[in-house]
This record gives sequence, C-alpha cells and structure tokens, in this order.
Amino acid sequence: MSASTPTKTPLTKRPAGGGDGTARTYASYARPAWQRLLLTRETAIIALLVVVLVWANVNVPNFDGPLTVYYLFLDLMPILLIALPMTLIIITGEIDLSVASTVALTSAFTGVLFTDAGFSFPVAALAAIAIGAVCGAFNGFLVGYVGLPSLAVTIGTLALYRGIAVGLLGTEAKTGFPDEWADRVTDRIGETSYPQGLVVFLVLAVVFALLLHFSSFGRGVFEIGLNDEAARFSGVDVARTKLVLFMLAGAVSGLAGVYYTLRFDLSRGDSATGMELQVIAAVLLGGVSIFGGRGALHGVIAGVLLIGVIASAMRLEGQTQNVTNIVTGVLLIASVIIPRLLSWASGRLPRRTRGDT
Amino acid sequence: MKFHSKRATTLVALTLAASAALTACGGDDGGSGGGGGDDATITFLPKNLGNPYFDASSTGGQNAVDAFGGSFEEVGPTEATPDAQVPFINTAAQQGVGALVISANDPTALGDALEEARDAGVKVVTFDSDVDAEYRDVFINQASAEGIAKAQVDLVAEQIGGEGEVAILSAAANATNQNAWIDLMEEELAASYPDIELVETVYGDDDDQTSFDKTAALLQTHPNLKGIISPTTVGIAAAARYLSTSDFKGQVALTGLGTPDQMRPFIEDGTVTAFALWNPEELGYLAAYAAHALIDGDITGEEGDTFEAGDLGEYTVGENGEVILGEPTVFNADNIDDFSF
Amino acid sequence: MSATLTKSAPTPGAGGGTPGRGAAVRGALGGALRSREIAVAVVLLVVVAVATVRNDSFLLSADGWRDLLLTPSILLLLAAGQMMVIVTRSVDLSVGSTMALTAYLTGRLFIDVPGIPIIVVVLAGVALGAVLGLVNGVLVAYGQVPALVITLGTMYVYRGIMLTWAGSDRINAGDMPSGFLALGTKQVLTIPLLTIVAVAVVAVVGYYLHTARSGRELYAIGSDPDAAKLYGLKVPTRVLTAFVLCGALAGLAGVVHAARYGTVSSGVGNGIELQAVGAAVIGGVAIFGGSGTVWGAAIGAVLLVTINRALPILGIPDFWQRAVVGALILGAVVLDRVLALRQSRKYDEEREG
Repeated sequence: MSASTPTKTPLTKRPAGGGDGTARTYASYARPAWQRLLLTRETAIIALLVVVLVWANVNVPNFDGPLTVYYLFLDLMPILLIALPMTLIIITGEIDLSVASTVALTSAFTGVLFTDAGFSFPVAALAAIAIGAVCGAFNGFLVGYVGLPSLAVTIGTLALYRGIAVGLLGTEAKTGFPDEWADRVTDRIGETSYPQGLVVFLVLAVVFALLLHFSSFGRGVFEIGLNDEAARFSGVDVARTKLVLFMLAGAVSGLAGVYYTLRFDLSRGDSATGMELQVIAAVLLGGVSIFGGRGALHGVIAGVLLIGVIASAMRLEGQTQNVTNIVTGVLLIASVIIPRLLSWASGRLPRRTRGDT
Repeated sequence: MKFHSKRATTLVALTLAASAALTACGGDDGGSGGGGGDDATITFLPKNLGNPYFDASSTGGQNAVDAFGGSFEEVGPTEATPDAQVPFINTAAQQGVGALVISANDPTALGDALEEARDAGVKVVTFDSDVDAEYRDVFINQASAEGIAKAQVDLVAEQIGGEGEVAILSAAANATNQNAWIDLMEEELAASYPDIELVETVYGDDDDQTSFDKTAALLQTHPNLKGIISPTTVGIAAAARYLSTSDFKGQVALTGLGTPDQMRPFIEDGTVTAFALWNPEELGYLAAYAAHALIDGDITGEEGDTFEAGDLGEYTVGENGEVILGEPTVFNADNIDDFSF
Repeated sequence: MSATLTKSAPTPGAGGGTPGRGAAVRGALGGALRSREIAVAVVLLVVVAVATVRNDSFLLSADGWRDLLLTPSILLLLAAGQMMVIVTRSVDLSVGSTMALTAYLTGRLFIDVPGIPIIVVVLAGVALGAVLGLVNGVLVAYGQVPALVITLGTMYVYRGIMLTWAGSDRINAGDMPSGFLALGTKQVLTIPLLTIVAVAVVAVVGYYLHTARSGRELYAIGSDPDAAKLYGLKVPTRVLTAFVLCGALAGLAGVVHAARYGTVSSGVGNGIELQAVGAAVIGGVAIFGGSGTVWGAAIGAVLLVTINRALPILGIPDFWQRAVVGALILGAVVLDRVLALRQSRKYDEEREG
C-alpha cells in the first residue's frame, strides 16, 4: 500500500487521531505532528460544530438565551453517555443496537423497585444499573464467546429487553420519584447554565478517553477492529475484551436509564425508542469508521453536540422534528460517502471491505 | 501530497454540505409559523399532532387569537407520550411566549418543565387533559368529568339493554382525562348498572393502527362481549372501522366520544347507534381566550375570576382553577348531519 | 485421502453402514426435519393449535380465519424483500419509512386525483418504493459503504420527508374510495385477497431466487463477495437489484397497509424494519448472507404476527409480545450457530475418516 520506508516508529505505537479509513500506514508519520493531529475527521466535525454554533447564535432567535445550553445538555445527556462505550464497540467492528432497550429496561426496573417494592432510590438505581450490566454481559457473551454476529444478537436483545420493560410496566408509567435526586441531576451548577449531571458525564468521558487512547486495553480495542485474528495472535483476549465492552455499554445504558427516569420523573416501557440510532448516527458522524479500527472520542462528543445543536436550533426556528431527522440522516450519509468519493477521486480506494453489514 | 488536500477537502466538503443543508432549512419557513415568540404569542401543544380532535381545537384557538389580535402557533409530538411533549414545553420557555395551551399526556411528568416555563414568564393553560393544579394556571375542562362518564355509561347501557359484558378501549395508559373518566365510569356502573360487567380495559395509545388491532383482539378474546366504550375519538374511529367489516357488527354496541365527521359513515351503516362529544373548536377557542386573559392580567386563575370569551360569552373560574365549557352533546342518526367537525 | 472422501458419502440421518430403504426414508425425514422452514412451520401450527384450543374463534370463526391470514400480509411482503437484501450480506433498515411514504402517496393520489384507477395507484406505490430502494442500492453497491449506515440514514430521511409532506394531516378512511378499502377485506374462497397477493409475490421471489441465474448469484455474493467478484459476477448490479426489489416490495406493503387499515398516520411502519429482519432470521436466513429461503422468511413473518395475536388469548398480556419475539430471534441465531458448528465438526470428522 505505501511505498515509503518505515520510519523508526515502533510497531505498537498507534497515532492518536490519524487515518481516514485506510489501514494505518507509516506514511502517516511522514507529515508533521500538527498536521497529523489536526487534519483529521474529528477536527472536521469539531470545526463544523463551531460553524453551526456561530451561525445559530447569530441567526436563530432566542438561541443565545440562557436556557438553550441548559436544555441542550439535559436533552443530550443520555446520548452523550451511551456514545462513550458505543464508540469502543464500533471501533472493534461490532455494533450494539440494544442500548435504548437497556435504557428503558433499567428505567422500568428503577420504577418498579422504587415505587412497588419500596426500595430507597439509591438502592433501586444501583440495582437497575447492575441489571444493565447484566444485559450487556448477555450480549457480550453471545458475541464474544459464542461468536454470533453482533447485528443479529443485538436485534434480538433490542426486542427482548424492550419487551421485558414493556411487559413489566404495561403502557402505564411510574412517576413520583424523589425530588432531591431529580434536582441533583437537573439543577444548574452554581450560576452557570450547565446541569449538574454534566459532571458525571465529564468524569466518564475522561475515564473512557484514558481507557481508549492511553491504555493497552484500548490498543487491543483498535487491534480487534483492524483484524480479529491478528489481534488474537498478538495476545489480545478478544472474547473477554468484547464481553467487557458490551458490559460497559449495558452499565452506562443503565446509568442513562436512571438519568432518564429522574429527568422526566417518569418510568415507561417505551422510553427512549429510537435512541440507539441517534447514538450510532452521532458516533459515525464523529469520525468512527463502521468497519472498525479507527475513531476518537473527541470527534464523537463533537458529533453528539452537533446533532443536538442542530435539533435545538431547528426547534427554535419552529421547524418540526422531521426536518431535523432529515438533516441528521443526510449528514450521516454524507459523512460516510464523502470520504469514499474523495478516495475514489484521488484513485486510492481502500481495499478493505468487511462485507456490507 | 494527496493526503493533505484530501483531508482539507473533507473538511471543506462536510462544512459546505452541512451549511447548504442548513441554509436550505433556514430559508424555507416550514413548520408552524417560524419561531420567535413574544408576549402576544399563544402556543398550542396538544397530546399529539395528526389527531382530528386536536385539529378542531387548534382551529378554534386560531379563530380566537385572530379575533383578539395575537399570534398563534401549534406544535406537538407525533406520539402521545409525556416525554415527547417536554422538548416543546422547553422550547416555549426558551422563546418566552405569552402562554402555553397544553393537553397533557400525564398529570405529573410534565411538572418540572412547566415550572421552568412559568419561571420564564409563560402562562400555562391546560385544556382537555389536565396536569396537577400546582403546575398550571387554569384548566379548561370540556364538561364535568362526572357528566362525561355518565353520558357514556348511559349510552352503552341503553344500547345493550342494561346487562352484559362491556370493555373499554382507551387512549394512553397515563392520560389524565381518560383515566379520570374511566374511574368515574366504573363507579357509575357499580352504582346504577349492577348487571353490566366491565371485563377489560385496553389502551390504544391514540394511535389508529394500535386501536384497530386492539379492537380485533378484544372481540376475539371475549366472545360474549356486548358493548365497547371508547372515550377517545381516535379509538372509536378505529374500532368502528374494524367493527364494520367484522361479523360482530350489529351484535356488539360501540359508543364513546367521537367526532361527527369521522363517525358519520358508521352511523349510516349501522355500526354505531349513538355517541357523545362536545365541540372541540369551542374548547380551543375558550382556552385561547383564557390564555389571553391571563397574559393581560385580567385573571390569575383564582376561584371566582371572570373573563370574556368572545362569542361564547362570559366565563367564571371555578374550584381549583377549573373552567367548564358546558355539557356533552349526544349524536345519533337524527342530528349528525347538523354538525361538521 | 481422496479414497476415504468418495467412500463415505454422508447420508443425513443414517448412522453409517449400508444404506437400506429404512435409512433412506429416515434420511429424507431427517433432511426434512432438519429443514428450518419445516421446523418454523411446525412451531406456527403448534401456536395456532394451542390458541384455538383455548378459544376456538381464533381459527374457527369467520373473523378469526380471515384475520389469521390477512394480518401477516404486510410483514410477508417486507420479509420477502428484506430476505433478498440479507442474502447479499446487506440489510435494509429503511423499509418502514418507505412503507410510510407509499401509504401516504396512496391516500394522496386518491384524494387529489378523483377517479384514479386502483391499479394505477398500486403501480405508483410500487414505483416509488423501487425508486427509494434504488437510492439505497446505488449508495451501497457503488459507494461500497456498509448498508447498515446508509439505510440508517435513509430511514431518517424518508421518514422526515413523509412527515414534512404530510404535515399533521392524516389520511382518513373516508378519503379513499370504498372499492379500494373493500380490497382490504375482500376474500376469494374465504382467503383474503391481500394474502393471495402477498403469497403470490413470495412465490415469484422464491422462483426467481431458485431458478434465475441472477437470483442464484445473490447467494454467491452473500457467501463470499470477494470470490464472487473474482469469479466475474457483476456484484454491484446484483446488489442494486436486491435493494430495488426490496424497496418495491416495501412500496407494495405501503399500499396494502392503506387498504387494510384505512388510515395513514405519521407512525406507519415505525419499527417494522426490525420485525422484517427478525422474521427473516427466524426463518433461517443467515444474517451474514449466503443462505436461507424466502419461504423461511415468509413463515417467520406469519409466525411473528400470529404469536402477537395469540398472546392475549393465551392470557399473556400482549405487552410481553416483544420479549417473545426477541427471545425467538436470539434462539434462532444461537440455533443457527450451534448447527453450523456441529456441521463443520461433522465435516472435519469425515475428512479425518
């Protein structure tokens, strides 16, 4: 693929944000560090986010009000949270469509445990998060150890978990969660417009960033994404890694479910329908390749914010949800088509195709 | 090298594509009136859009707003769930509209969002389906809940001869108004018609296809069913449509709350004998006038406040901030052609 | 080595030894029983039987019989189309939105063009579905981008277009000619017309996949895309065809929906794409492509819908329906895997003599 001789870069070192869908080549290191770090898909998304923010602030009435940022983060929180483990899962080349159903299931359990069984709220919430982790572990076991394709498994668990959630609650909703906990999540931080729940997200974001970009576990994740077999031969425990990743997705979805319950003071079986697709759209928009093997968290966070800002601006403009959906869909398609078009145009179409799923 | 230009071009291309998309959307003034609220804006937020009942109430609201010279907007979700309504309440708060007129999908879940809106100076009027009184200023009720419940129970009892099994096809499981009526219906049945047994209550979620399928399931599961009450216009329309192609037509009585336009074909072919409703246009009209009075400071929602409601005359706020429109009307083959909504 | 290979011709079901007539019958039975399609059909019959025992109007009343056959017709069409796409190792998540668009188009045509013949409306719906499928196909086949991402995007876009076009209008039953609505319940010799149409379509698809060269090439492409390309098959054209057909069938499903339910609201087809994929998976279509029959997908679709309708009769609140569907899909996928492992182990054993 590349004609240049390898530089003195050791084999195990992975560039933080490099690559654009092609396998990483040593030619990447032929460019200066600032280009390697800045001319990436993640930067493109961050730049786009800035452009949209500036445009919205100027053109959309009421966008610069204090409530906008507040509501933006309140609305985006579950997606921000779940996008973190989803990034890692997609980097390994798998996918998890059951996250929204896990959110609904943990929300349902929180409701049932708190309202019907009378547990205190913290206990109910922790139990629900644990149940989320179990859901994720079930996915991870089937994908990692039994070797089933994650698309099929998570389509099944998407139905199964949502079904259990709806089965538990019917179409009735549980309400009446303690205000003090809801306030802890939705109150503003001091005088700023940021909700306090954002702190939890920031902590998790740092943890995941460390995990993905600065640990050997994270390197293993990238390697699995590039090639399962090669990763296994270089000592990565592929099955266990996948199990851990799906468990993390389940646990974080559980956390998002508890958040959802507190924010809306509502525990319903059909909450968060379609959220998995919003998370995946945001992750892909953020520069993660669906084939696996590349991606970075800062791009993903920018992707989530981008979709949120567009949705918020549209709502304030009086546009209906459908227009936002169209824009999200077009952005998603564009984000995968344009690099292909460019590769094709410059005659460097990547060889790797992992089938079409 | 190609690398550089490719990256840069990706950057530029994505930006251009997105900007193009955004300008296209910003340019066309779709949606419902182009954002931006001020004190004279009244925003209607029904349970969901695409529901003929709420189309009628919004028409009434629009007429009222045109009459007193304000600006009208209608927003809403596609599914009748409370968490889908919250973002619209938030948007109204951000825009600082004069008043929000809402038919709620849940009595308490919207509380936080409504409080934020009221803190931002938005007056909150509920109509058709209420929230807990602490979260809103005034509630416009179409008729007394007891009156609505009794009307439906009497209708079904009359049509099945005072005895037999009945079932209820409701809207969403948490809907405030339907649940209030169902409770009262159960009481009324126990008190006045001990020979009628309520066997099941199913929820159609104000979705046409769900209500259709649930009706089919009801008829199949309870072969001795004699009557179905559907206190929601979407439910009764879907149930009538299923019933009219089914063997049970004429054997199972169907009644409840329906709009004359939707039910006319089924009265004519005999599937439905009689049903009830009030005029949703008047309901929306009254709600808009109440909002107007609140914005102008004429009333605060206290018991005893009075306000003018255009063609409908003067209304007084009752207990708990509730205003009652009037009595329900019964529609049957004799009078259905007199109405069009 | 080769001597051993030719000697031990595997007889399914036979334990070994000289194949006699008994073994041949057992072999055929075993083959049939091992057939996924028959297994799913048996499960379906069991479900119907149990439900009928509980409440014989499930099957033995005119309404019950009609509903049993009529309600799955929409999912039948979708599952047949989805199956073709899955066989080529893709997936099409946009079928629900396509269905919504064509259902709305159906209503709109009847309202805006009074007196339009029904057949024209049907063709228009199918054509629109085919065009939407074409967009998917072009992007997937020629863009070489994963179908999951593309159809995820088009799912959003098509649904958004439908909602924007429809605004908050719904199509009501009164807007459509009664002749069209009557098609929704018309029966020919007690079999609903719409079901006949759906089954006919499934038969045509099955015939195409089994006999036509381009149909069989779909299987080749799904089994090993690289080998197919090296072999000289026109992979992009075939994949494109699969998507166009899937879209066309989804378009037809939209028209059928309008006939059956009479109203078209904005939520039409929400979530039905995953049911279509689930139906195919349950019916034995491998999610990684390359195997499965349209009959399996069809029976899977009927099974899914029938379970949904049977649950209230069995006293299980139909809220649990989704859980049952999920468990079925998981069971099907695990079963496929277990069988595949056993099969490959058997081949290994035979190879080693």
